Amino acid sequence: MNPLSRLAPENRPIAIAAGFVVVIVLVGTIYTLATQGTAPLLNPNYLLQQLQIGAFLGICAAGMMVVILLGHIDLSVPWTLAAAAMMATAVGGPMAIPTGLAIGLAVGLFNGFGVAYLRIPSMIFTLGVDSVMRGLMVAHTGGFAPQTAATPLMRTLAAEKVLGIPVAIFVWAGVSVIIALLLRRTGFGRSVYATGAKERAAYLSGIRTRAVIVGAFVTSGLCAATAGVLLAGYSNKAYQGMGNAFLLPAIAAVVLGGTHILGGRGRYLGTLVGVVLIVFLNSVLSIMQMPESARQIIYGAVIIGMLLVYGRGGRKTS
Amino acid sequence: MRRAFLANRGFAGAVLMFAVLFVVYQSMHPRGFSTAVFVQNANETVAIAFVAMAQTVPVLMGGLDLSVGAVMTLANCIASELVNGSPLQILFGCFVTVLAGTAFGLMNGLIVVLGRIQPIIATLATGAIAIGLALTIRPSPGGDIDDDLNWAITNTVFDFAETYGLADDGNAAWLAPFANIPVPLILLLVIGLAVWLPFKRTVTGRTIYAVGSAEGAAFMSGLPIARAKIAAFTLAGFFASCGGLYLAIQTSSGNADVTQAGAYTLNSIAAVVLGGTSLMGGIGGVVGSMIGACILRVFSFYFRILSIDPLLQPLIEGMVLLAAVSLGAIKTLRVRNTLELFR
Repeated sequence: MNPLSRLAPENRPIAIAAGFVVVIVLVGTIYTLATQGTAPLLNPNYLLQQLQIGAFLGICAAGMMVVILLGHIDLSVPWTLAAAAMMATAVGGPMAIPTGLAIGLAVGLFNGFGVAYLRIPSMIFTLGVDSVMRGLMVAHTGGFAPQTAATPLMRTLAAEKVLGIPVAIFVWAGVSVIIALLLRRTGFGRSVYATGAKERAAYLSGIRTRAVIVGAFVTSGLCAATAGVLLAGYSNKAYQGMGNAFLLPAIAAVVLGGTHILGGRGRYLGTLVGVVLIVFLNSVLSIMQMPESARQIIYGAVIIGMLLVYGRGGRKTS
Repeated sequence: MRRAFLANRGFAGAVLMFAVLFVVYQSMHPRGFSTAVFVQNANETVAIAFVAMAQTVPVLMGGLDLSVGAVMTLANCIASELVNGSPLQILFGCFVTVLAGTAFGLMNGLIVVLGRIQPIIATLATGAIAIGLALTIRPSPGGDIDDDLNWAITNTVFDFAETYGLADDGNAAWLAPFANIPVPLILLLVIGLAVWLPFKRTVTGRTIYAVGSAEGAAFMSGLPIARAKIAAFTLAGFFASCGGLYLAIQTSSGNADVTQAGAYTLNSIAAVVLGGTSLMGGIGGVVGSMIGACILRVFSFYFRILSIDPLLQPLIEGMVLLAAVSLGAIKTLRVRNTLELFR
C-alpha cells in the first residue's frame, strides 16, 4: 500500500512538498559538488541566510493563508507592504513600527469592509485598494525612492543576529506561532474554517461571518505591514515596488502547502513548508545561474506539477 | 422585455458611461472630433481591448485567467521576430503568432479540465511559463516589423488602401464614406464580433454561460462542460494573442516586460467588470468588455488634456477603479433576505 495514502488528506500535500524540498536540496548539492566541489546548501550559515530572506515571504504568506482559507484572496499585499515600509521610515523614531502596523490595520479593515459588507469580490476590491495605495505612495514620495532610513530597532529586527541566528527568523517564528494558535485554538480560527467551507451554513450556525472576514483581512494587512517594516529594516530604506515580488510567491506558497484555493481546508504547517520550498527553489536556481527566462518556466512548471501530484480535485456535481 | 433590460443593465450602463466620457473628452480636446485624435485613441485601446475580451470568456464561466497578459506578451515577442519579409512571410508570421497564443490557451484549458486544478492557480503558474518563453525569444526589447504593415494598420482606411494600392490608392468614390475610420477599430470589431457572436450561439458557447450560472445544473443537464471549459481558455488565448500581435505591429517591437504583462492582466479584470460582466460568471459578454477597456483608456486620455499632476494619476486611476467596482455593491442594499448574500 502506498504510504502516502495512509496520511490524512490535508497532510498529504505537506508530506509531498517536504519531500520535494529534500529533492531540491539534494539536486542543488549534487550540482555544486560536481561543478565547484563544495556543498553550500548544506552549510548552516547559508541555510540561515536563505531563511532570513525567506522570512519576509513567510510572514506575507501567513497572512495570505488566513484570507485564502476563507476562499478569498488579498491582492493588496504589495502596496500595503510598501506603504507600511515607507510610512514607518518617514515617521521614524519609536513610533516607526506602530505607524507601519497601523497602515496594515487600516488597509485590512478597509478590505474587510468592502468584501464582507459591500459583498464585492475580493479579487477586484483588493486589486482596487492596491492601486489606491500605490497612488497614495506615488503622491507621497513623488515617485522616487524615499530618502528616509530605517530606525535602529527595525535594523535590529531584520538584519542583526542573536546567538548566530538572524532575528528576522525569530520574528517569522513568532508570527507563525501566533497564526497557528489563532487557527487551531481560537474560536476565530474555527470560524475561519467554517466560513471558508460554506459561508451560508456558518452564518446559520450563528457565526458572525462578516466579522470573521474583516478579521482575516486585518490579519493579512498586519502581516504584510510587518513584512514591509522588516524589509525596510533589512535594506535600510523603503523603495518603490518593494512588495511586488511577494504577491505571487505568497499565493503559490500557500497553495503548494495544501491550502485549498476555494477555502475551508489547509494547515499552517503546509504554508511553512510551501515557503521553504519556494525559498530553496529560488536559491538553487540562482546557484545554477539560471537565466530569468528558465527560472520563470521552472517556477510555473513546479507549481503545476506539484498540484497534479497532490491529486485531482473532485468534480462539481451538485 | 423587462428581463432583457435587466440582463443587459450592466452593459447599457457601460455604453452610456463610455459615450458621456468620450464625448466630453472630445469636446475638451483642442483638436477634438478629428481623425487624428480618433486614430490615436483607437491605437491605444486595441491591445487592452483584446486582452479584456480574452479575460471575459473564462470569467463568464466563473473562472479567471491570470495568464492573459503573459500570453499577450508571448505573442508580442513571437510577432516581433516573425512579422516581416515578403507578404507571404508576414501572413505566416501573423498566423504562427495567433496559433501559438491559441495553443497556449488550449494548454491552460487542458490543465484546468484534465488536471482539475483551479483556474486561478493554474493560470498563475502557466503565466510564469509564458513570460519565461517570451524572455527566451526576446531577452531584450526590440524586433523588426514590416514598416508598410505598421503604417497601414495603425492609420485610417484611406492610408491602408493607399499603402497597398487598393481602391485607386484609396481615392475610389465608394471608399470615401469609410476613408476616415481608423483601421485598428475595424480590426477590433471584425475579429471580436466575427469570432464571438457565432461562437456564443453554439452549444459550447451557451454551455460557458450555463457553467458560470450553475455548474451543477449544467452538469445534470448533460451539457459538454469539459469541452466548454477548454474552449473558453482556448478562446482567451486566441484573443490575447491578437492583442499581442497588434501591440507588436503598433510599436514595431516586442518586449518581454513582466510588469507590463501583470498590468495588462489586472486592467483586463477591471475592464471586464466595468463592461458589466459578473465576476461570478454567467452574466455579460465580450462586447461589454470592449466598452470596459475603452472606458479605462478614456480615463487616461483625460489626464493628458486636463494636465493633472502626473504624481496624482495613479491615485485617481485607483479611486476610479475602486468606485467603479463598488457600484456593484448597490444590489446588496436591496437584498431583503440576508441569507441571499452568502453563497
